[in-house]
Amino acid sequence: MSTTLDVSIWRGRDDGRFVHYEVPRRDSQTVLDVVTHVQRQLDPTLSYRFACRVGMCGSCAMTVNGQARWTCRTHVSKVVGSDGRLEVAPLAHLPVIKDLATDMSGFFDKWARAQGQFSGSRTRHDEFARVQPASAERQAADAGIECIGCAVCYASCDVVAQRPDYLGPAALNRAWTLVNDERDTRQTERLRAVAGDAGCHACHTQGSCTERCPKQISPTQSIAGLKRTVARAAIRGKL
Amino acid sequence: MNGASASHALGVAQARRWYWQRISAMVLALCVLGHLAVMIYAVRGGLTGAEILGRTQGHWGFALFYGTFVLACSVHVPLGLASIAREWLGMGETAALWLARAFGVLLLVSGLRAVVAVFTAGL
Repeated sequence: MSTTLDVSIWRGRDDGRFVHYEVPRRDSQTVLDVVTHVQRQLDPTLSYRFACRVGMCGSCAMTVNGQARWTCRTHVSKVVGSDGRLEVAPLAHLPVIKDLATDMSGFFDKWARAQGQFSGSRTRHDEFARVQPASAERQAADAGIECIGCAVCYASCDVVAQRPDYLGPAALNRAWTLVNDERDTRQTERLRAVAGDAGCHACHTQGSCTERCPKQISPTQSIAGLKRTVARAAIRGKL
Repeated sequence: MNGASASHALGVAQARRWYWQRISAMVLALCVLGHLAVMIYAVRGGLTGAEILGRTQGHWGFALFYGTFVLACSVHVPLGLASIAREWLGMGETAALWLARAFGVLLLVSGLRAVVAVFTAGL
């Protein structure tokens, strides 16, 4: 193992360039540690985003050696070969604000467009809803509920690149968890929002989102569920 | 039609296209299996034109089977082609659909012509 890392980091906006830095290699070092070292020791003008450092907040995702990853939980040893080279770029498919920080507003606007907000009918004066943990709907919702909104799936999806209006895996996964929430009252509006080629039907089931999701969620499966549910509603004239 | 209802109508139309593509894929899967079985059976007697026509001439079963095959192709292929035209060639929704429809008609006409030809040849 070499004692230093040859790190290339994207600087500037969409028309920026890679700048090289030499960073000492350490045991159990994460990619976020490397970026933090560059900013604190070598170049304080470097911009990047992070918060929790423990894989909960979803803010530190970047493109590491060509693949979207959560950097706080990605060990350098997992992504760097014997040549000690590490390339860190902003997430794909999102406008770059500066360096490694992307503008994620378009990504989250799509969650809103997919009707990703819960809408219940009970108030705090009512009894709690009793949802059976073993029911198929609850289990389907459970499978997708741990999304941290890191946009790794969004940056890994080819359809997002080809169809800029496509809602993307994360927003559709969120919609699927709510389709399976028996307390939610806006099911028809949500199915309408995710129907068609800007919604779930553009997905080609290539599975990059599922392959790269750091939380091992399968948006591919969620989108397939949406396709079936929307098709059933369309056949019954309830869309 | 306002923007919201136009986008709703488009979404419903695209959802319908998706399930037509899915249903035609199911039909195609069965047709391909049937066709493979016919091929394996057919090569046993040699692949001469006379031998093939002897099997298909005036045989309604073959005509119906391959007619269904052609129909499923004419539904399935254009829908996929429209997606490719939109995503790879950057065509608009309307242009991609017209291209797909034209290709679908071409497949339907040439396919059914071939079915009719092997059904009626020499009759």
